[in-house]
Formats: sequence, C-alpha cells, structure tokens
Amino acid sequence: MPRSDATEARRAWLLIAPAALSVVVVALLPLAWAVRESFHLHDLRAPWLGQPFVGLANYAEAVGDARLWQALAHTAGFAAVSVALEIALGLLLALALHRVFSARGPVRTLALIPWALPTVVAALLWRFLFDGPTDWLADPLRAWIPIVLADLWKTTPFVVLLLLAGLQTIDESLYEAARIDGATEWQQFRHVTLPMLRPALLVALIFRTLDAFRVFDLIYALTGGGPGTATEPVSLYAFEMLLQNLRFGYGSAISVIVFLVTFGLALLYVRTVGAGLLEEER
Amino acid sequence: MIRRIAAILGLVFLAAPIYLAALASLTPESRLFEGPVLLPSALSLEHYRDLFSGREFWRPIRNSMVVAGATTGLCVTLGAFCAYAIARLHFRGKRIVLGTILAVSMFPQISIVSPLYLLLRQLGLINTYPGLVLPYLTFAMPLTVWLLVGYFRQLPGELEDAARLDGAGPLRTLGEVVLPLAAPGLAATAILTFIYCWNEFLFALAFTVGPERRTVPVAIALFRGQYQVPWGEILAASIVATAPVAVLVLLFQRRIVQGLTAGAVKG
Repeated sequence: MPRSDATEARRAWLLIAPAALSVVVVALLPLAWAVRESFHLHDLRAPWLGQPFVGLANYAEAVGDARLWQALAHTAGFAAVSVALEIALGLLLALALHRVFSARGPVRTLALIPWALPTVVAALLWRFLFDGPTDWLADPLRAWIPIVLADLWKTTPFVVLLLLAGLQTIDESLYEAARIDGATEWQQFRHVTLPMLRPALLVALIFRTLDAFRVFDLIYALTGGGPGTATEPVSLYAFEMLLQNLRFGYGSAISVIVFLVTFGLALLYVRTVGAGLLEEER
Repeated sequence: MIRRIAAILGLVFLAAPIYLAALASLTPESRLFEGPVLLPSALSLEHYRDLFSGREFWRPIRNSMVVAGATTGLCVTLGAFCAYAIARLHFRGKRIVLGTILAVSMFPQISIVSPLYLLLRQLGLINTYPGLVLPYLTFAMPLTVWLLVGYFRQLPGELEDAARLDGAGPLRTLGEVVLPLAAPGLAATAILTFIYCWNEFLFALAFTVGPERRTVPVAIALFRGQYQVPWGEILAASIVATAPVAVLVLLFQRRIVQGLTAGAVKG
C-alpha cells in the first residue's frame, strides 16, 4: 500500500472511531452480555442465589415453555398476516395514486402522518375506535382485528411511499413499447410494472417483516397482550420476564432466541438491500 | 375511475382516525360516548386543560424534547464524521463497517434490554436522561450514519478534490466544503432521527421508573383514570404528541420521503 493510502486509511479510522465505538459499546457488547446472561441463573428478586452458570438450562426451559411457543406463534402469525395485507394494500394504493394524483402536497402529508406519529398513539386511536358496546378486546380472536388494522393504518403509508418511489423509476417508454405490441393493461402490469417494481417490493417485504416481528408498542398499548395472553407477542413476553419477573437469565435466553430469528431475516435484508450500496465498494 | 375511487378510499382510511380522535379530544366529557358523530355538536378544551394542569403533561414533553434532541445532536455530529469517511475515503474493512451498522439497525430492541438495564443500574443511570440517550444510540446512530452516507455520496466530488489539491486534510474538507453542501441532507437526517427518538417506547418504558423522567409515549400508554379509561385526555395527549412530528412532516416532507426511500429503490 502506498504511503498516502495508509495515511488516508488512518484518517478514515479516526473519523469513524467515535460513532463506531458508541455502536460497539451500546449495541454489540450488550448483545454479547445478553448471550452470557442466558447461560446463567440470574434472578434479581433472589440475589442470595448469586449468578451461577447453568449451561443450557434456560434454553431447555424455553423449549418446554408453552407460553413462549404461543408467543412465537402469535408473532409469526401477526407478521405474516399484517405484512401480506400491507404489501397488497400498499401496491393497490401506490398504483392508484401513481400519475392520478401526483404524490405530492396533501396526499404525501396525509400518508406521512400515520407513519410519523408514535406507535403507541396509533394503538390508542384504534383502541378508542373499537371501544363500544361490543367488547372486541375481550375476545381472544377478535382482539387481533384492531391490532392488525392499527398496524395496517400505521405502516401501509410507508409501503406506498416506497412503491411510489419505485414506480417513478420505471421508464415510460417500456409501457409505450408494450402498448405498441398490443399489451392489455393487465399484461403491462404483469410484464412491465411487476418485474420493474421487484426490488422495491422486496425491500418493503423484508423491512416490514423484520419490523412486524419486533412488534411491542402496538400490542402493549392496545391489548396489553390480553385477554390473558391471547395476543401476547414474544417481545412482550420477554419484557415481562425481564422487568416484571426480574428473571434476567431466562429472560435473556428468550431475548437471544428473538435475536437469532430476526438475525436470519436481517441477513436476508443486508443481502438484498445492502447489496446495492455495498456493491459500489468493490 | 376505479383508480380514483380506490385512492380516495385509501386516503379516507388514513385520515379518518386522526379526524375522529381530534374531534373526540375536543368533545366535552359528558357527550363523549353519545355515539359516533362526524360533526361536532359542542366543542371544549377541557381535556387539554386537564392534561396540562391535572396530569402535568408538560413533563413528558420536556423529557422527550431533551432526550430526542440530545440523541439527535450526538448522532448527527458523530455520524457525520463516520459517514464522510465511509462515503469518500478509501480504506480496507469499509464493507464490514457498513454491514455491521446495517445489521445493528436491524437489532430487535428486546434482545439488548436485559444487559442495558443491568449496565444502567450499575452506573446509576436508571431514570435519568443519559440513561435514555445512551440506549437510543443503538438505533439512532446506525440510522444517522446510513442516511448520511447516502447523502454524502450524492454530492459532487469536484469541490472536495479541489480542496484536497489545495492541501486541505479530510477534516477541513469536511468542515469547509462538504458540510455546507450537505446541510439539507443533515437536516433531513436530523429530522428522521428526532422522529424515531420521539416515538421510541420500549427503552423508555424499561429504563424509567416514575413520572419525572417518562417520555411522551410512555406517559400516554400509562394514563389511568379513576373509574374508566380517560379517553378525552388520552386523545388530547395523542394529538399533542402528534403535533411536533406532524409539523416536521409538513415542513420537510420532500426530504423525509427522499431519506426514507434512499437506497431502497435502487437495491
């Protein structure tokens, strides 16, 4: 490496250091610590037990924990249903808005406000809308309806904006060529719009799935996981295990499980989305 | 025609809950549950008055402003150096740095709550402002760096080359050439970061104890009435919590959308 390159690299690392160090200290080290915790018994309510190493005992408990499996199923089900609906609805709305209304001014503002307001607020708005003579939140199955609707309301705008941005990059001449070849509107959608929109759709899909899998605020404020534990997602269960039951060992094991699941999904994200930006570094 | 109807229905779906909530927040308590109304029959500010006098809602607003403001300032300052190096300088390991940052931004918050809680407890930072700013760096710093790298890359490189030929080091080039040019991008990044911090819930719930340090989302979620859900005040608080982000969105929507969709469409 020539000297000037070495100097530049040194300067680069100096510029990166503060931000990188803060991420290491507040995110990476804690993650390692959580893994360590998960191999120990650590009950803040029983400090006299100390923090003995217990190997995989916490994970063994997790495997046999019906409430955890139920919470994982709730989370996966919620993610699948809400993301599928969001993508479908988002695509429909984006196609409807594209070119008809220029996605500017009032439309864009209206779309951004549900996205920008606190999730807790969205949850409470929908809880209010469902507050009436029929007690939706008391029914284990029907309680999911306001949850999914609130999530749709809050996050579909994001999908619409992503897809609108994607639609704007499609070259108009592709449609002209398709029309000259006598393609119907459906064929144009099927063979021009959809393939060209694929990257944006993929980003929306993966980004939303990750987000839905982390669901916490929305359900905390809407149903609190109830009735009973009928709508409890895995983050809420882990949170309760940690900060209410103060079982840090077992709670950490659940947290690590959540991390591993999302990490798999995140890898997918880095591969698809990150590839574009990282590509330029080759 | 069908498109137009679908678009209008979609927009109504987006606007209706906010409209109904705003309306209910202005409806006197006695008429709140008379049934659904689309037009107000009587308006009053009683819920907003109760919110600030009875519930001291200025406290969570102050807390949220301090925490979100401090986190944003810290992240944009430190993040700008980091992002500039990634966007413009050549060095080995750049892909790893960028990949790690992206991966951290995907962390489920719950996966680091337990160690952060133990750490903050050890440091005596539970229920303090630094006790929230530090955890907020976990999601805010990656977001800031990621957005800024995108903005810096869009800037024309000629001016920087000229500065370098004149013998300016990276730090001077950054301060005197890049930052002024990137000001709009920095502003957009700061706004997005602020909105994410303003809305954060899980860490704020885990790392605060009493009402003195609770942030806006936590305070609203924990509102309790004496006999029933205090809907009037909850909705008034919701409108108050939405106001700052709505103003930011109104003022900077074009840049926010650019920031949100950057990198996503070219993927």
